[in-house]
Amino acid sequence: MADFLQLLISGLATGAIYALAAIGFTLLWQTSQTINFAQGEFVMLPAFFALVAMTWLGLPFAVAVVIAIVCSMLVLGLMFKVVVVQPLIKQGVLPLVISTIALSVLLKEGVKDVYSAEAQPFPTLFPDVTLSVAGVAVSLAQVGVLVVAFGTIVALQWFLGATRIGRQMQATAQNPTVARILGVPVERMILYTFLINAVLAAMASILISPIYLAKFSNGESLGLAAFVAAIVGGFNQVRGAIVGGLLIGVVDNLAAAYVSTSYRQAVPLILLVAIILFRPQGLLGRREERAV
Amino acid sequence: MKRATLLGLAFALGLAMPVMAQDTIKIPNIIELSGGGATVGNNWKNGSQLAAEEINAAGGILGKKIRLEFVDTASDPGKARAAVQRALDEEPIAIFGPIYSGSVSATLKLTADAETAQIMGGEAANLTAQGSKYLFRTSFGQNVSMPKIANYLRDEVKAKSVAVVYVNNDFGKGGRDAIIKELKERNIAVAADLSTEAGQADFAADVIKLKGANADAIFVYLNEEESARFLREAKKQGLNRPLIGETTLLGQKVIDLAGDAADGVKGHVGLTVDAPIPAIQEFGRKFQARYNYKPDHNGVKGYIAVYMLKAAAEKAGKLQPKAIAAALHGLTITPDKTPGILIEATWDDTGEIDRISFLGEVKDGKQVITQILPKLKK
Repeated sequence: MADFLQLLISGLATGAIYALAAIGFTLLWQTSQTINFAQGEFVMLPAFFALVAMTWLGLPFAVAVVIAIVCSMLVLGLMFKVVVVQPLIKQGVLPLVISTIALSVLLKEGVKDVYSAEAQPFPTLFPDVTLSVAGVAVSLAQVGVLVVAFGTIVALQWFLGATRIGRQMQATAQNPTVARILGVPVERMILYTFLINAVLAAMASILISPIYLAKFSNGESLGLAAFVAAIVGGFNQVRGAIVGGLLIGVVDNLAAAYVSTSYRQAVPLILLVAIILFRPQGLLGRREERAV
Repeated sequence: MKRATLLGLAFALGLAMPVMAQDTIKIPNIIELSGGGATVGNNWKNGSQLAAEEINAAGGILGKKIRLEFVDTASDPGKARAAVQRALDEEPIAIFGPIYSGSVSATLKLTADAETAQIMGGEAANLTAQGSKYLFRTSFGQNVSMPKIANYLRDEVKAKSVAVVYVNNDFGKGGRDAIIKELKERNIAVAADLSTEAGQADFAADVIKLKGANADAIFVYLNEEESARFLREAKKQGLNRPLIGETTLLGQKVIDLAGDAADGVKGHVGLTVDAPIPAIQEFGRKFQARYNYKPDHNGVKGYIAVYMLKAAAEKAGKLQPKAIAAALHGLTITPDKTPGILIEATWDDTGEIDRISFLGEVKDGKQVITQILPKLKK
C-alpha cells in the first residue's frame, strides 16, 4: 500500500506538470483554433531563460524565475501570436500546424546552438527535504510541485469563471462573432490566452526542469505527454486537460511498477487509442462544444 | 587584363589547393554531439581537439598536420551509419567514433568493408566479438569491466544478492547480460533485473521496485543523464543500499548533474582524470583550463584516440588505412615514447584494449580513487 501511495503521489506531481502544458493546448485551440505542436518546446525554453539570467547575468534564482516568466510572455505569448499565428491562421489550420512544427525545431536547435546540447542541472524552488509519512517517502519538492501546479490551475479556473475578462474570454471561445457584436474585444482576449499559455508553460518549465534536468530536447517527451493528456481529457475543456494530465502521470508510474518498465511508455498511448475509439471527445470533453 | 589576372589567380589557387590538402590529413569524428549522448560526444570532441592541436604543434603525424572533422550523429545509429558511409567515401586514413555502442554496431561493417581502422568509444561486449579486424576500443569492453565489477561486489561489498538496473539500449543490454553472467558464476543472486528507457526522466517506480527487491547492493548501468536522475530519485526516496556502477555512474558529469545525490556511489572506473597518475591529472588540468569544465572518461578517450592513431601510423611508417589497422593489432603504446597515451595500453587481435583500471567512490561531490587494478595481461 505504501508503494502504491508513493507511486500515486509521484505520478500526480508529474501529471500536474503535464496538466499545465495540456491546458495550453486547449486554451489556444478554443480561442484561436491553434494546435501548437511546439508546446513541448514552450515548456523547455523558459528554463533556459532562467539559466541565462543566472549563469550569464549572474542573477539570483528568484529573479531569474521572474525573468523567465516575463521573457516567456513576450516570446512565447506576444511574439508567437503576432509573428506566427496571426499571419498564418488566415491560411487555415494546416499551414499553422506545420508552422508550429517548424517552430519547435527552431526553438530546439536554437537552444542547442546558443546554450548547450548537454543537460544542465536546474535549481528547485523547494528545499531538498524528504519526509516519511506512514512509510511513504514524500519530498518537499513533490509537495511543492503539486501545490504550485494546483494553485495555478485553481487560479486560472477562478480567473476564467469569476472575472469579467475571464468571461469575455469564454465568450470569445464559444462564439467570436457574437462576442464581437456584444462588444467583447476579441483580439485582445485571444492575446490574453496566448499570454496565459506562456505563463503556464513557464510554470511547468520551472517545476519540471529540476527533475528532467534542463535540456534542449526535453520538449519532445513533454509535448507528447501534454498532447496525449489533452486528447484523453478532452481537447475542448480545460478541466479535461487537467484530468488528462494527472491521469497520464499516474498511469505512467503505475504501468512502470505493475505492468512492465519496458512497456511503460506504451501504456498511455494504448489509453489514447482506446479513448479515440470509444470516446473521441475525451473523458470530459463535449461534442462540438467550445469553452475555455 | 583584369580577366587574365583573375584567370591566372584561379589557376594558381587550383595548383595550390591540392598541395594544401596533401599537407593536411582529415580525420572524421562521427560522434554524439546532440541527443542523449551529447555529454559523451562533446567530451570526446574536446579531448580529441586538444590532442590534435598538440600533435600539430609538434609537427603532426609523419610530417602531416591533422584536421579533425566533427559530424553529429544526434545519438542516432541510422544517422551514424549514413555519416560513416559519407566519410568513408573520401577514403580517410581512419574513422573516429561513434561512442554509443548501438551506433558502433551499426557502422562497424562499413569500416571493415572499407578496410579502415575505426577507433571508437563503444563498450558493449559484442562489438569486438563480431570479427571485424578494423575496430579498436579506447575503453574497456564490458567483457573486461564486468568481471572486475563482479569481483568487487563479491570481495569488497560482500554482496550475496544484487539488483541490476540498466538502460534499454545496446550499451545497457550488453552490460546487463555481462554482469548477470558474472554474478551467477560467483553465486551472487540477482534480486531484480530492471530495464529503463534511454531519456527516461521519472525513476520513481524503478526506485520503489528496487527498494522492494531488498538486495545487498544495486548495480546501476545507465547513461550519464539518466544516472543523475536515478541518483536524485534514489536519494529522495531514501534508497539506502550500496549503489555500485561502472565508470559512468562515478563520472564527473553525473556528479555535476546529480549534486550531493551522487555521494556514496562506488564502483569500477576504467578511465578518470582523478587517477593518481601525474600524466592523466595533467591532461585534466589542460582540459579544464581550455574548456572550463572537468572532463569525464570520454574526454580522455577522445584524447588518446588521436595518439593511438599517431603511434600506429608511425609504426606502420605510412598513412595508409589498412597498414594503420594492422599496426594497431598487438601494439603496446607506452607513455615514455608517446606521452599523450597517458597510461600504457595494449590492443589485441580483436581490437580489445588492456590497461590498468581503478576502483573509486564519490565523496563530497568528488570522485576519489581508492585502488588501482593491474592490467589483465602483463
